[in-house]
Amino acid sequence: MTDATPMTAAHPAAPILAGFARRRMISFAVPLAILAYLAYAAVAFDLAGLASRARMDNAAVLLSDFWRHKTHVTRDNRSGKLTVAVEGEAKGTWPEGRLPDFVTTAGDTTTIDLGRGHRVVYDPQGARYLHPEAGTIAIRPDGNRLLLDAPEPLPDWINASDSRVSITTGAGRFAYTRSKVETFRYAAGWPLFFFTLDSPFAHMSWPELAASALWGQRVDPDRPNIAAMAHDFWTNSMWRHGDVIWAMFETVLMAFLGTFGAAIISLPLAFLAASNMNPLGPLRFGLRRVFDFIRGVDALIWTIVLARAFGPGPMTGSLAILLTDTGSFGKLFSEALENIDEKQVEGLRSTGANTLQRARFGVIPQVTPVLLSQVLYFLESNTRGATVIGAIVGGGIGLLLTQAIQTQKDWEDVAYYMVLIVLTVIAMDSLSGWLRRKLIKGA
Amino acid sequence: MVDTAFGPPRDPGTRQIESAYLELTRRRRMYGGILLILFVALMASGFRLAEARNAGGFVDGLPMLLSFPAEVLSEAWRNRANLPGMVLEHLPSLVETVNIAAVSTLLGGLAAMLLALLSTRGLARWPRLTPLFRRMMDATRAIPEIVIALMLIYILGGGPVPAVAAIALHTAGALGKLFSEVAENADPKPVEGLASVGAGWGQRMWLGVLPQVAPNWLSYGLMRFEINVRASAILGFVGSGGIGYDLKIAMQWGQGRYDEVVAIFLLLFVTIVAIDRLSDHARTRLVKGRNA
Repeated sequence: MTDATPMTAAHPAAPILAGFARRRMISFAVPLAILAYLAYAAVAFDLAGLASRARMDNAAVLLSDFWRHKTHVTRDNRSGKLTVAVEGEAKGTWPEGRLPDFVTTAGDTTTIDLGRGHRVVYDPQGARYLHPEAGTIAIRPDGNRLLLDAPEPLPDWINASDSRVSITTGAGRFAYTRSKVETFRYAAGWPLFFFTLDSPFAHMSWPELAASALWGQRVDPDRPNIAAMAHDFWTNSMWRHGDVIWAMFETVLMAFLGTFGAAIISLPLAFLAASNMNPLGPLRFGLRRVFDFIRGVDALIWTIVLARAFGPGPMTGSLAILLTDTGSFGKLFSEALENIDEKQVEGLRSTGANTLQRARFGVIPQVTPVLLSQVLYFLESNTRGATVIGAIVGGGIGLLLTQAIQTQKDWEDVAYYMVLIVLTVIAMDSLSGWLRRKLIKGA
Repeated sequence: MVDTAFGPPRDPGTRQIESAYLELTRRRRMYGGILLILFVALMASGFRLAEARNAGGFVDGLPMLLSFPAEVLSEAWRNRANLPGMVLEHLPSLVETVNIAAVSTLLGGLAAMLLALLSTRGLARWPRLTPLFRRMMDATRAIPEIVIALMLIYILGGGPVPAVAAIALHTAGALGKLFSEVAENADPKPVEGLASVGAGWGQRMWLGVLPQVAPNWLSYGLMRFEINVRASAILGFVGSGGIGYDLKIAMQWGQGRYDEVVAIFLLLFVTIVAIDRLSDHARTRLVKGRNA
């Protein structure tokens, strides 16, 4: 390159080439910097130690709870009493004299069909697990010990000691102790989602339910079956649909009150903070700093302060949203007001309109679509935010969710709440999108 | 109408138009009034309902609104000598909170880039799958961060990783939507040019789309970083690590530790304001050009 020296000084392409070189450097440097930062973060977050701390058994419990449930079939070995309960809970217990299809009794013998050829038989001598490949595993109490009759060598899915024998197969789980014998049968789906077993409707199939709702004999003579069904569903003690729907409604209410309350408060304030509306410089400056302060303090801290004053509940949550959004709306609205077309205001002024009239007829019609679109956007994101705020202040679905997660066993409830939240957020999303399109196009 | 008496005589057609216009205005005003009344009624009844289901009433709580901050501030003022030390003590947690936000913005942003390109009409790698990627973004956007974080805490134990995963997932959906809106408006000519010389999909995106959308994407990414710093503080308060967790512990101690609460408040406030300012500045430069 003999002409390299003059080119740097005078060649017209020199700055472009320099720009190319700079860009090439950036396109290598930026990914490198990101990688280096992520590597630092991996060390800072102790990613290596994560594997040892992770509880994969918890993950398995969580995932299996999400989509399936188990039914406990328990016999008290001393009294011989048989109980069948969904998830082993009192509110999921089958009523006396009624058994699910997979449990059959004949005299003192109970047979449980686990599916795929696996069966468990409880009889007065003890209990037997009938495995389709491994054959029969029989357990019989003998004094203080348990006698196990199983194929040798003992497969690893049988865990036996003198006082307890447990069998875990793909079909279910079985455990025998001296005091009781218990079998868990797994089935897909959320248990008793519509009706608990004490409701007469729990034992009907879908067509039977439809028939009973439309023309069937009244189960409760005081009211039509469809009302009885709605009542039984609403008061379902396992899923508490009534409470959950109320909580979800509270969360939406929090978002609604907070967002629109903030919009109502910040609209006049925004007029005072816009440079083309308010000639008083110091007042404008002061208001802007107030908006900055409110946004800077952050929703978390406002929520804590408000929760101290008003106690837990949806009102506290909506006030927290209101306060935080007042800061954001104040800023956004005053910026929108500063960007209006002055001609319409001018025109009104020439007809002798006063300040209020100029604002009402010259400014408001111009900014309404912009402001409403922002408010609706916030409404949608606040619906999601209200879940978190509810978890902090103790109201709405956020509270139910954190409670369910903290008990660490009702994961099917967590899944239910999640589905409900996601559906609500998506519904709010499409509602606000629809309104936004309607308002902006219609204006 | 008074002014018609003074105006020149009008033909019946004009008068008809005039009355129709006035009728229309009246009706619009009535609809507006009805909507307003409905809205006010909705707000008022909603507020009363919320108050009824709240532990404390609005009027009873108002005087207490200032008493808690006053108590906290007065105690912190008495122990003001401790403040600098406490600020230093909580600095590592603050760094962790900011790190959580930064890592999740980065990871979420990278996922969002991919999702956005895959779900933008005209750019997608597999045009038939665009609805699938869109629904994926919708779903990740709709799940609140706290749900993912708390479930991951159950599996992974405490620490920053659950928070990062939760925020990153949400960021991927939220940014993906915005990114895809930007990419939709990108000029297709460079992409076509690259396609005509045989560039693969990755090359077309990297060389044809990315340079066009980078300023806007970066601007949205910075905005998301601001939001994520706040989210990471809140997640810390509800479950994971970082400054939010310190705040919760200090609050649970209550009286006697309020100087610590104030120190954490201060740290959080200064950080959020500083990040807001920096990103605001950077964003104006990115979108409006170097000299703005």
